[in-house]
Formats: sequence, C-alpha cells, structure tokens
Amino acid sequence: MIPPAFEYTRPTSVDEAVRTLADGGEDAKVLAGGQSLLPLLRLRLAFPELVVDVGRIPELRGIREDEGTLVIGAMTTHHDVVRDPRVRRHAGLLAAATATVADPAVRHRGTLGGSLAHADPAGDLPAVILALDATLVAVGPGGRRSIPAREFFVDYLQTALRPDELLVQVEIPARDDWGFHYEKFQRVAQAWAVVGVAALVRRDDGRIAEARIGLTNMGSTPLRAEAAEEALTGATAVGAVRRAAETAADGTRPSSDPSASPEYRAHLARVLTRRAVLAAAGMG
Amino acid sequence: MSDQVTEREVGRSRPRKEDAHLVTGQTTWTDNIDVHGLLHLAILRSPMAHARIRRIDVSPALEQPGVVAAFGGRDLAAGLGSLPCAWPVTEDMVLPDHPPIAVDEVRYAGDPVAVVVARDRYAAADALEAVEVDYEQLPPVLDLEAALAEDAPLVHSDKGTNRCYVWPLATGEEYPTVRHRADVVLRRRYVQQRLIPNAMEPRSVVVTPLAASGEYTVHSATQIPHILRIMLATVTGVPEHKLRVIAPDVGGGFGSKLQVYGEEALALAVARRLGRPVKWTESRSEGYLATHHGRGMIQDVEIAATREGRLLGLKVDLLADMGAYLMLVTPGIPILGAFMYPAIYKMDAYDFTCTGVFTTRTPTDAYRGAGRPEATYAIERIMDELAVELGLDPVELRRRNWIGHEEFPYTAIAGLTYDSGNYEAATDKALALFGYDELRAEQRKRNESGETVRLGIGVSTYTEMCGLAPSRVLRDLRYAAGGWEAASIRMLPTGKVEVVTGTSPHGQGHVTCWSQIASDVLGVPFDDVEVVHGDTKAAPQGMDTYGSRSLVVGGAAVHRAAEKVVEKARKVAAHLLEASEDDLEFTHGVFSVKGSPEARRSIQEIAFETFSSHDLPDGMEPTINAEHLVDPDNFSYPHGTHLCAVEVDTETGRTTIRSYVSVDDVGRVVNPMIVEGQVHGGIAQGIAQALYEEAVYDDEGNLVSGTMADYLVPSAADLPAFVTDRTETPATSNPLGAKGVGEAGTIASTPAVVNAIVDALRPLGVSEVAMPCTPQRVWDALRAARSDGHSSGGPTASAESAESAKEASA
Repeated sequence: MIPPAFEYTRPTSVDEAVRTLADGGEDAKVLAGGQSLLPLLRLRLAFPELVVDVGRIPELRGIREDEGTLVIGAMTTHHDVVRDPRVRRHAGLLAAATATVADPAVRHRGTLGGSLAHADPAGDLPAVILALDATLVAVGPGGRRSIPAREFFVDYLQTALRPDELLVQVEIPARDDWGFHYEKFQRVAQAWAVVGVAALVRRDDGRIAEARIGLTNMGSTPLRAEAAEEALTGATAVGAVRRAAETAADGTRPSSDPSASPEYRAHLARVLTRRAVLAAAGMG
Repeated sequence: MSDQVTEREVGRSRPRKEDAHLVTGQTTWTDNIDVHGLLHLAILRSPMAHARIRRIDVSPALEQPGVVAAFGGRDLAAGLGSLPCAWPVTEDMVLPDHPPIAVDEVRYAGDPVAVVVARDRYAAADALEAVEVDYEQLPPVLDLEAALAEDAPLVHSDKGTNRCYVWPLATGEEYPTVRHRADVVLRRRYVQQRLIPNAMEPRSVVVTPLAASGEYTVHSATQIPHILRIMLATVTGVPEHKLRVIAPDVGGGFGSKLQVYGEEALALAVARRLGRPVKWTESRSEGYLATHHGRGMIQDVEIAATREGRLLGLKVDLLADMGAYLMLVTPGIPILGAFMYPAIYKMDAYDFTCTGVFTTRTPTDAYRGAGRPEATYAIERIMDELAVELGLDPVELRRRNWIGHEEFPYTAIAGLTYDSGNYEAATDKALALFGYDELRAEQRKRNESGETVRLGIGVSTYTEMCGLAPSRVLRDLRYAAGGWEAASIRMLPTGKVEVVTGTSPHGQGHVTCWSQIASDVLGVPFDDVEVVHGDTKAAPQGMDTYGSRSLVVGGAAVHRAAEKVVEKARKVAAHLLEASEDDLEFTHGVFSVKGSPEARRSIQEIAFETFSSHDLPDGMEPTINAEHLVDPDNFSYPHGTHLCAVEVDTETGRTTIRSYVSVDDVGRVVNPMIVEGQVHGGIAQGIAQALYEEAVYDDEGNLVSGTMADYLVPSAADLPAFVTDRTETPATSNPLGAKGVGEAGTIASTPAVVNAIVDALRPLGVSEVAMPCTPQRVWDALRAARSDGHSSGGPTASAESAESAKEASA
C-alpha cells in the first residue's frame, strides 16, 4: 500500500494550477479530496509523475446563488454540500444523494468536483448531476468553457476534460418545487451503490409533468433512463409509474461483479426507479 | 464467600484498565517500534495461483536507491526448516514441505518468492518491482471435489495426491442400522465459504539482533509469543534460549495471529544474516493474500428421525479446504468441529468423516470458532429443515431432543461429557425477550396478505466446546502440545501485586479480569494489581490465547496461584499472631484470630514481613509468591439460544435484521461488560458470514475480493441493536465456574440469520440460500423457486420418504 514515487505541487490559484497541468502533460494528475486518487496510487493502479494538489485554491471552494442558478465550487466538500441550506432549497436531490456518500470521514475530505472528474459510474454524484442537467465549468490554457453534464461523462473514469483543464465549478439550475429522491442500493453502509436511481419529478395538477431519472452503476458512465422519463410524462397513478419504471434499464449495459450480475442490476434499476419516482412524486 | 457477593470484584462491570492507553494513542503496536539502524523488508509475492519458478533475478533490485539486500527463495530457504504443522490429525496424513519462501514452485497467489531489504519501506516497496521472475504456469486446483479425482492436477506433485487426510469418527450404534428404522431421513449440502479474518491491526514483526550475545528479540503482532518462540527456534536454528519473543499491544487476531508465519521466520533469518534489525508490516491487501483464511468446507449432512420428531442419527461428510500448505493447526480445525455436530441433542448414532483437501489457495487455519461454527451451522440448519418436514415448530423439535437440565453431567453421543447446562432456561428466556409468539402471529398475517417484504424467524440453540484443553485429550487427538496454562503471583514488599500470566491478550481484557480475580482471592484493591504478559522473558511460561481458553484455563491458574499465596501467608500470619492456622480467618485481605478480632495482620503487612524475613516460621522459604499451572479436566461448554427476525424484500432480495436476541450461558461471569462486548462482536462476526463476507476466487485462482471495497466487513451501521442476556449455570470444571465466551456469539449467530431468511422465503418455495445470503442470491433463489412452481426442495435438497430411505440403505 505504498504509492510509486511522484512529484508533488500545490498551486495557490486556478491560473497557476492550469499552467502546472499544461507543463505536466499526460503524466499529471489533479488531487482534490484524495478519496479516489489515493487508493488508486496506494494499490499502484495509477502512476502519475506529477500530482497537482488543488486543495489550497480558495476560489475553488464555496457555494453561491446566481440568478436562479446554484454555483458550487469544485473543491467544496460533500460535508459542506449536505449542510448548505441553499443546496437543500434549490437542489435537494444533490443534498440527499451526497448524504449517502461513503461515511462522515470521507464526506469531510471528498469534494463534488473530485467525484465528478473521477467519473466513476458507481459514484453517486455523477448520475445526480446528470439528472439535474447541470453545467460543468472548466478552465484551461485557452480560457473557460462550459460543458453540459450530458457531454461531460465520456466513458469509464473518462470525462470531456482535457489533460490541461481543471474543473472549477458546477452550475445547477434551481428546481425548488421539484420532488426528488435518491434510491441507493448498497450491500453495506460504506460500500458503493450496486445500483442507484436519482429521480426528479415536476408535478402539475396531480400528474407528472416532467421526470428526470439518473442511473448510478448501470454502465460505463452515469446514464439517463430516457425511455422511463418519457413514459412517466403525464402519469397520474401508481400503475402508470410502475409501467414506466419497467423501461428503466432499457439501453443500459451494466457490469458484472461478485455483488451483482448485469441481469440483476437491470432488475434493480426497474424496482428502484419505481420506488424513487413514487417517493419523489409523493405517491409512495 | 456467598455473604460477600456485593463486595466481590468478580461479577462487577469494571471499566477496562487497558482502555486508557488504547484510546489515548499510547499504544505500542509492533509497527510503531523503531530501533537504531532499522531496515525494512518487503516481500514479492506470486501473482498466480500455481506456477514453477523458472528463473529469479534479484540483482536489478540491488541497484535501486536505498536497497541493502535482496534474496530469492533459494538464497534464504536453505538455512530454514519447514514451517510447522503441530496437528498431524492422522498417522498417515500427507504433510508437504512448507518453506517460508517458495523455492521451485508457487502454490497460491500470494506465496512469497523474493525479499528486498531497504533503508525505508518506500524504497523497499519500489525495489520489489525490479525483481525479475519467470514463471511457468501450472494448472490451479480450486474445486474440492474435482481435486480428489484420479487425474486431477496436483498441488504437491511429490505427494501424488491432493487428499491430505481422511479422519473418521463413529459413535453409538451403527448409523446404517439406525437409519433403517427411521421414518424420515433428510440430506442437505451446506457450503462454508472462505472467510478472511480482518484483525484491525495488520501483522507486523520486528527482529532486533544483539550481535555480541547471539540473542534476538522478536516483536510480533501475535496471539502466541510462547509457541512462536519454540517454533522459530525449530525453523531457524536460533537456539530457544537466545530468542525472546514479545507480543506488545496486539490489535485483534480472531485466530489469524495463532500462527507461525513465514514472514516471522524470514525477518529473523534476514536480521541474522545482515546483523541488523529488520521490520516487516503487511498492507491490508497483502494480508488478504498471505494471512491465513478461515472456513472453506463442503458439508454433506444426513439426519434420521422418527415421525414424532425424535432424532435417531446423524451422518456428516466433510470436505475441508486446507489451502496450499498445512500451517500450525490447519488440519485440526474441522476436527474441532467433529465433536460438535450432535450439539445439544440426544441421538443413537453418529457418523463423521472429514477429508482434508489441498488447493492452490491461501492456507486455511483457525478463525473465530474454528470448526464449531461450521458444525453448529450444519446441525441448526438441518434441524429447521427437519422441523418443516415433520410439521413441527423449530423450537418444539429442539425441545424434544435436547439434553434436559436434570441430566447433567451428560456424555453426549460424540463422546464429550458436558458438565453443566440448562437449555430450557436459556431458550425460555430468549423466547420471552424476543416475543416469539407475537412475531409468529405477525409472520402469518404478512404471509397471508402476500406482502412484498416477508418476515422470517431464525432459531439457533447451540453449545460449543472451548477452553482448550485437557492435555491428554489433545494427545488422543494427536495435537503436538499440551493445553495447560500458567500463572504466578508476586507479592511486592509494599503490598502491591504482580500477576504474571501465560495468556496473551490481544483485545480481550485479561489485565482487567485477572486483576478482578486476584483482587478477590488476595483481598487487595483492584488498582493494586498489575498484570504482566506477552513477553517470554517476563512471563516465561504459557500456552497463549486462542480457543476461548484464557479465562477458564489461565484465569483459573491465577485463581489457584492466589490461593497458594494466601496459604503461604497464613503460615506467616499464624506465626506472627501466635495462633494456630486453623484458628485464623481470612476476609478482605486480613487474617484475624477467631474470637479475638484485634489480633490481625493484613496480607500487605505479611508481604512486607516476608520481604524482611526477620521473623518467619522456622524453615520457611522467605517468600509468599506462588505459581500454579492448570491442566483442565474437561473443556468448557457454553451454550445458549439466539433468535433472529429478518425482513426480506422479495423484490430486491435484501435482508434486513429487524431484531436479534441472544441468551448465552457462559457460567459465572467475571466482568459482565466485557462478556457483553464479546457477545456483540461475536454476533457481528457471525452475521458477517451469513450476509456479507466471502473470499471470492476466479477460475485462475486469483483472489477477486482482494480489498475491503470488495470483501464486505459490516460496520455498526449495518447491524441492529442486539438484545443480549444471560443465564448462569456454573461450569464444574474450573474453580471460577466460568465458561469461555470469546467464540460463542460467532458460533451461534450464523445459523440464526440464515434460518430466518429461509423461514421468510419458505412460503415462496425457497428452502436454501447459500452464504453469504447476498441480495442477488436471495433474488436468484426466489426466481428459481418461481420457475420450479413452488417445489419445496432446492437443487441440493432432497427429502425422502421412509420407503425410499430404507431402499437406499438396504
């Protein structure tokens, strides 16, 4: 459990961090809260030559509101996200899902940006960010660019970030009056989700006007259950939700491990989607 | 003494003396030890399950920064003997060579192949990658049944077989005769998955040579400093009197540190060769490969009974996974279970056979309960199946067969004499605490309304044999050592007391409990007692800590030694008080003359008088210190009833434990709080086997569950609040009346949980779920039952009518 040797640097501004990453090229790796990178280093599954620690860049931390948008700095810890009243009000789904991440020790160190940039499809937050239709903001040598969540997650542990880009903030459109629920299925409290379902529901006059479903650990990236979302539109009763949820695993390609086969994961996705939507819609 | 109960230390929930230094970080874990010039050892391990080593070149590692030395297997093994197996269970057992480091062939993923020694542990870890090894892959041996086939690839080709031994036991009437008169015969196959022990402190060893005298001090995270000293002398050739072994603070073991490990021998060999102190500490993932595993058995069980539910006989055929090598007590683990399959039940015949099998996996050995959880699981599972077959409540079936409290001492079918017990009392108390009848009523209601989340109730009425062990019994079982334990008591001139014990605590609380025992017998304050342990120089005699033996053997030795001190002190007191010994009373540490209460001497005063020796009885040796060794007459037999209620979500397969009640009878209790802690931890570990933990290997023999992310150890967040209670039927085999408690919870809880899961699902056609009962496995079982159209038997289950049973046995 001893990592291979690497160079270490701790820039104090985003500009400095981006310059350092550009100099480091493909062999540089960003260290945020360290909850994913350090285990990879210790198991010698990652061999970066340079580790760029962005933990002391004040502009990367903090939460603010900006005209109907919640802006969360990439280095904001899970603990701070869970505790923040603005997150609870405008993006309750994110607060609820973040509260289920690992354990208190991890939540005090792990960060929203680190979790998203790591892009583990078994992580809880990528699917949530996808369901929230958030925008991820990156800074590179060429300046700033916004990446919609739908384009951010490219493959297993791969994002649209270029090697010299740093994720700086996440922008979430406020959805104060949407119902939400994160249904996480795990084997022990501290384990990753076998499957997770993030549901957001806007109700209008007793029916589901709009639904967004994010799936955790149902493929090499977080996914939206698009068929289910469509089928849910207009649903007024439990039976309709039940039928819609049957499509939740359509088009997914979940992995196999000792905890679950792909077939079982697909089954879980359907059951958990039904439960998550009913809870989010207050129909449960 | 019964009129002083309230003033006694024994029976009080004393906060543990050990805890202040543990919780304030003032511990000496082996890995904290630093000595001048310390070198760090790292071990390169085989990445494959079975291979021939064609070539190994450590010289590139020598060129890495900070590296002092590097050795391949051949460089080191020549000066080292085979690692010991102290339990050759049969005369013709196959005992392969077990070099501390592989020489020609690796036999499990994790087998050591090379050693690098460097100035710091980072340099050592980096340099490992420079060692070059060419392997020629050999076929892995993973399936216990296939391994016994004629043409199976061999783990040890020089032995010509993968069969390590066959150990039979047949008691009572002939089993086939009994089977013939049975109305019902049930056969089941149960699989005990492999488990990884997961002591919180990893293994670690530091060897410090004193070059001038040829002495070596070995600090090791071990349960067995005394046994380790003897065995290291044998393996390395360093004379025993030149070896000092110290077990400093040790953070848990669960049997995994009841071992003589290759790394301990390698560290000593390297320190000897270089004349420098060396340290080796495992990483968690390294420990998963190289610290011995537990369980790993296939159990074919057959039970024969009358239609009225009276047990007639039990037949058990075991295949036990030894892993690649026989370690300290590997072959004996299933044999410790052999005597426990009949459990608390009366029957006419018992037939047991265990076949030990070599595989290309990490060696197995003792893990909390060691043989007895496996036995208890098999009997308690099949008792539930038999109850269903007979249409009886599972508790009622047990009542019809258990040994009545008035029948003790009772010699059970397997030959053990249970000294005491009261199964009725423990069960009745547990049923009341649990609300058994109410839960059954709720269960019926929920089943009738076809709820998605089902309720299940699991029963486990267990006993076990522990307090290892009478030396003559060990001889009969072909175990190489005895089972005694030593204690000595030093009365210091100022009236303080040192208790020297041969037990070696690694979390149990011996310091507290031994203080309570000594304090009561000697009549000195609890805080005036210090306990010395875990250092072969300071506590030279001992058989160490395992098998729930410490209190009932070691604690009994403390008790007896303290009584000897009092007897010696009585002679001095009689002399000083000019009275006859018979006229002296001894209470609360004070000798007084009957009828003249002003004539008194405290034991502390006598300690000082003895120290000065100015006025001792003629011819008396000037000491009241005493030593006592206890060789127990019998094992101890804790028992109890555990009840578990689970809710099983039939849509997802998830099991949630709703309530858990344990009523254990561990005899007289020295410290109720410590007992409760042992029971809580034990239950948690048994639940872990039922629901969460499994060492998973792929088809190539690689450990797939190689980190704590994949091998799921539950935490408090995953467990319910346990309701624990006790009955107290004193043991008659030791002066404390105590029975072992360290393993009881683990032994009892696994079948309680699985019985509850199967009970919840039985109306849906499920009669078996393999451990660990993961959500996927429960879901699979439900699906299989649905496609079977609610047949009552799973794929491995078969119930026979009396007719077909008789045909089969004819």
